[in-house]
Amino acid sequence: MPEQILSAGRMPLKKALAASQRKDKLTAFLMVAPLLAFILITFLMPIVDMLYRSVDNSIVPETLPRTVVAIEEWNPDTTELPSEAVYAALHADIAAASEQRTHTRVGQRLNYENPGISSLFRSAGRKLKTIKAGPYKEAMIAQDKRWGDTDKWRTIQTFSKSFTWGYFVNAFDGRFNNAGGIELRPENERIYMFLMWRTVVMSLTITLMTLLLGFPIAYLLAIVPTRISNLLIILVLLPFWTSLLVRTTSWIALLQQQGVVNDFLVLLGLLSEDGRLVMMYNSTGTMIAMTHILLPFMVLPLYSVMKTISPSYMRAAISLGAHPWRAFWRIYFPNTIPGIGAGGILVFILATGYYITPALVGGNDGVFISNRIAYNISLSLNWGLAAALSVILLALVMVMFIVYDNIVGINNIKVGS
Amino acid sequence: MALPSYTSVPERIWHYLFIAICAAVFLFLVFPLLVIIPLSFNAVPFFTFTKEMLAFDLSGYSLRWYEDFFTNPNWQGAVRNSFVIAIFATLLSTFFGTLAALGLSRNHMPYRTLITSLLISPMIVPLIISAAGMFFFYSRLGLLGSHIGVILAHAALGTPFVVITVTATLVGFDNSLICAASSLGATPTQIFCKIIVPLITPGVISGALLAFITSFDEVVVVLFVGSFRQRTIPWQMFSGIREHISPTILAVATLMILISVILLVALELLRRRTERIRGIKES
Repeated sequence: MPEQILSAGRMPLKKALAASQRKDKLTAFLMVAPLLAFILITFLMPIVDMLYRSVDNSIVPETLPRTVVAIEEWNPDTTELPSEAVYAALHADIAAASEQRTHTRVGQRLNYENPGISSLFRSAGRKLKTIKAGPYKEAMIAQDKRWGDTDKWRTIQTFSKSFTWGYFVNAFDGRFNNAGGIELRPENERIYMFLMWRTVVMSLTITLMTLLLGFPIAYLLAIVPTRISNLLIILVLLPFWTSLLVRTTSWIALLQQQGVVNDFLVLLGLLSEDGRLVMMYNSTGTMIAMTHILLPFMVLPLYSVMKTISPSYMRAAISLGAHPWRAFWRIYFPNTIPGIGAGGILVFILATGYYITPALVGGNDGVFISNRIAYNISLSLNWGLAAALSVILLALVMVMFIVYDNIVGINNIKVGS
Repeated sequence: MALPSYTSVPERIWHYLFIAICAAVFLFLVFPLLVIIPLSFNAVPFFTFTKEMLAFDLSGYSLRWYEDFFTNPNWQGAVRNSFVIAIFATLLSTFFGTLAALGLSRNHMPYRTLITSLLISPMIVPLIISAAGMFFFYSRLGLLGSHIGVILAHAALGTPFVVITVTATLVGFDNSLICAASSLGATPTQIFCKIIVPLITPGVISGALLAFITSFDEVVVVLFVGSFRQRTIPWQMFSGIREHISPTILAVATLMILISVILLVALELLRRRTERIRGIKES
């Protein structure tokens, strides 16, 4: 047996190495752990909570525990009303819930799926107490004839489980129909698919505009001497570091009807006083302001790729007889594609999630899906739907990000210049 | 960019056209920022140039919007909140971020890619989604409408910048420096203070500046997680633009541009210093 090599601590070298590596691993992990825990609590758990809320329907079985059990038996395909037992169960549930004032919340929840249920539950909380004994079915229908509407019972049955896809169905402009399937909402109630489509189309347009504007200046920055490009890049970095709200404010000052651009055009006589252009509070305003705001995110990746392309490639092509244009298209341009991909996806990801600028300058036809998320959180209070819309947007961004990771790599994200 | 003497006429035309296009794009980039500065000295509550201003008549200019900014309690409260929130958020992000970056840069860090993506995720997830998620979750914890809630949220948004900048200063870090120091008898504390700290300081400071500006400029999360008591300068600007649009916003915007310029210069100086320390020559 060959003699083992021993480390200073009289341990076999292999074992000593493994031990030291283990220790190193542990030290490294312990250094990362505090931040990991911090991000987990402040950021990742909120995202998980959002995922949960997008399918959470526990309010219905928790508030109406007897009803959801009793109504299971009922066949919703018939025109027949549920049995006396179901009415008795709901009577008991609402009586219990109205003491804690939770019946209005479950009513509001079901109202998202079937408008009218909220007021039905609210009045039931007040009036059902007067019915002291059974049979409840006739008495309840006599009190409010909406209890004789199978449509209302069908909604209660469909949403009696703790989890639901209802918010997602809603987010895709669908609803559950009488046959238990999913159908599209009537034309005048469809908004989300359209908004999502508009978000994607406008983000793509903005991405394309930043590319068209950003490509020439990135190229210029890449070919001029460092001394000059260091100065010129300040013109890109200054807007990059300036607050989003400052830039949005300046576009309002520039583009509104009594703003600088319109005043200037009127002064030059290009526009009449009545013919002032409407460039703000519509999709044009959103588009111009967002192109300006996101342009640095296109220029910086493009510039960092272009800087690495050796000018001798172009010279070689031209000296071999290619026309400068042809040399540019066949040699230079293909080399910039990683930069175009990186910048393009970055701008697209940022644009799809924009909220502030569309909210301030978008008016009605320039708002994005994010504005609708905000609306559902703070005005219509339909948090489940807001969560479902966020999850869909998050999924879209994740897909884009995986593409980005494959093109650029997550470790190559750079900040600033 | 001087043209050689043999360039043909079409090439010359193209060359000047190209420069003109670039000049136009640069103008598009900075003009909106520059135009706000004179407008903020407007004597009347308009968002545009008056005849007096265009004639450079001094009566067309005034400091009244700056005066409003410095005396209005709403704005002063916003300034105080902005600084308090940004400073505490920056301290948290810088501490956690630097420690994590040091860990991530060690040779034997397990699951490096996965953990890095998790730590960087606050920078990638659109703000409206982060804000919505934080609103939901912080409402469970009772942190809505509290300074702590906003500070924690901003610290989470700022850490990726610290992690990235500090990791970048450690890329290509020569481990033999540490070996050399310890072979010469340095204790781990001495190694940390005398070798690691000087190397990462520029990265830590620029990360901290980025975290600060992230919090200072951030508005979506404040709108959702905060309330009027947590109003920051961007919060106040947002509601100002929505409700009653007063040129005080232009004065604030001018001051914010000034802050960005200062931060930009600081970052640029730090970048040069890092390059000098690490001996990287500009190519």
